[in-house]
Amino acid sequence: MLFGIIGSIVLLMVVVFWAVATYNGLVSLRGQCENAWAQIDVQLKRRYDLIPNLVETVKGYASHERETLDAVISARAKAVQTHDSSGAGVGEQARAEGELSQALGRLMVVSEAYPDLKANQNFSQLQEELTSTENKIGFARQHYNDTTTTYNIKIEQIPANIIAGLGNFRDRELFELEDAAQREAPSVSFS
Amino acid sequence: MTGLPGFPGHPRPNKPAPPPAGASAGPPGDTTRPPAPSGARPADRPRSQAAKTIDDKIAEGVSAYPNNITFHELIARNKRHSVWLIVAMYALAVALGAVMGAALAPFFGGIDRAVTTVDETSLGVDLSAWGDVGALLPAAGVGAALMAVVAGLGSVWSFYGGSKAVLRMSGARRISKELDPQLFNVTEEMAIAAGVPMPELYLIGDSALNTFATGRDPEHGAVAITVGLRQKLSRDELQAVIAHEIAHIRHYDIRFGTLMATLVGIIVIACDAFLHGSWRVALVGGAGRGGGRKSGGGPAVIVLLVVAAVLAIVAPFIARLIQMTYSRQREYLADAGAVELTRNPGAMASALRRLADDPDPLVDTANRGVAHMYIVNPLKKMHDSHQSLDSLLCSHPPLAKRISRLLALLR
Repeated sequence: MLFGIIGSIVLLMVVVFWAVATYNGLVSLRGQCENAWAQIDVQLKRRYDLIPNLVETVKGYASHERETLDAVISARAKAVQTHDSSGAGVGEQARAEGELSQALGRLMVVSEAYPDLKANQNFSQLQEELTSTENKIGFARQHYNDTTTTYNIKIEQIPANIIAGLGNFRDRELFELEDAAQREAPSVSFS
Repeated sequence: MTGLPGFPGHPRPNKPAPPPAGASAGPPGDTTRPPAPSGARPADRPRSQAAKTIDDKIAEGVSAYPNNITFHELIARNKRHSVWLIVAMYALAVALGAVMGAALAPFFGGIDRAVTTVDETSLGVDLSAWGDVGALLPAAGVGAALMAVVAGLGSVWSFYGGSKAVLRMSGARRISKELDPQLFNVTEEMAIAAGVPMPELYLIGDSALNTFATGRDPEHGAVAITVGLRQKLSRDELQAVIAHEIAHIRHYDIRFGTLMATLVGIIVIACDAFLHGSWRVALVGGAGRGGGRKSGGGPAVIVLLVVAAVLAIVAPFIARLIQMTYSRQREYLADAGAVELTRNPGAMASALRRLADDPDPLVDTANRGVAHMYIVNPLKKMHDSHQSLDSLLCSHPPLAKRISRLLALLR
């Protein structure tokens, strides 16, 4: 009888400890996902900030590439708008950013044809910054997706899924690029 | 030789180094190159022979890996090995404590009670003390516990050991973003990919090709790179090299490296003290108590002392062996970890290939104490030996083996 009572108390304690540890683990994982998303956000904003500068610089040398420049400007505007509208999900944002990447890639390709532009120091600095920002977006996305995948797997696995269900831990969406053309990183770099 | 992108099988003399495998770049596919590198290679260096052998070794090494191996598997495998090596090191320390405790017990009266319960021998030598294993257990336990406590304290201390001192010793000087925007950008990219804070960046005024990381945790991370290496690498390769260093930081390699070094130090000191102390105790004990109830001399006593002494001589060597095996594992792990960050094994491989070609790999300010932290061993003797043979006492695996592992990922 006494053994039974002690046994159940020990068992209960083990279960409680496990539940607390699992819950805390999930909270920390979710926090990591959110932090990773914030990192992407920082880089996306950095790109929004770089683009007007870049457009101005390119305009000075290649003003008749209006079409390409306009495409960049409107893609940026659309991305910013998606970013600022509270309802937009991860997928929608990813689509807008993918389009912006493509427009930027085209701009970089056309600026190939202007040696004066390429010789401009301001432009080459902007180019390195933009290359790096594109990379940072890519790596932040990679980090976000890795973290999110770990989290998504964790909340579905038995027995952690019980805690995840009770604690209302939901599946998070991956930041994926839509099609193969967009998955191709824009070639913003030339040596 | 199929499936070695970016690696011409046998570079002929007077040819520039193999180009980086930029074509296989991961998500952020940048191929910007700094103005300096490739073509400016001195043509008259007699490296053709060495280059051939290293490429042959690389090709041989690649085929040793399963066809579809991923960096996830490499990382898991390395981590398993590392854990076992740390366990082995603690086990060695504790076992050493137990044997020493047992060997020294009779001289401190540690088995008095046990002795009185067994028959006194007529030989005048207290053989029963050694014959009865049970009587030795408490002493062995005390020895083991003592060693465990010392090792534990040492571990705690090593966590806060002065990693920044290494930066001062190496004469590295901190740089700001204005000085080298690209290096900063590349480092920031890798810090983002790893999800760690941006480490501090340092330049070492040395033409050798080398780099190292320090800092007990990611919040205190710092990466130092030689001017020579900074100038030589393409952007992709620089990224791979920085990723390797950030992987070290992210895996807490500096912390565990210091831990291993501390444990080796404790074992060496314990063995030293035992070797010096035990002979004195043996002599004093043997002379002073020879005729008494508890004799310190006698054949069995000598036998156990000799066994313990041999162990005390061998243990530091074994400890060093474990430490170096661990260090090599962590290098492989950092290579795989770098690929996890860049998703570009080719760039890491081609950066290492350039390091293999470095004619003057010495870092003037490096010494044995910090050698394990560099990406390749900065000491002349060690560098030569780890290029050619996989010595058990090297802190780094041969570059050819490291490159093989990376290229195995590319197939």
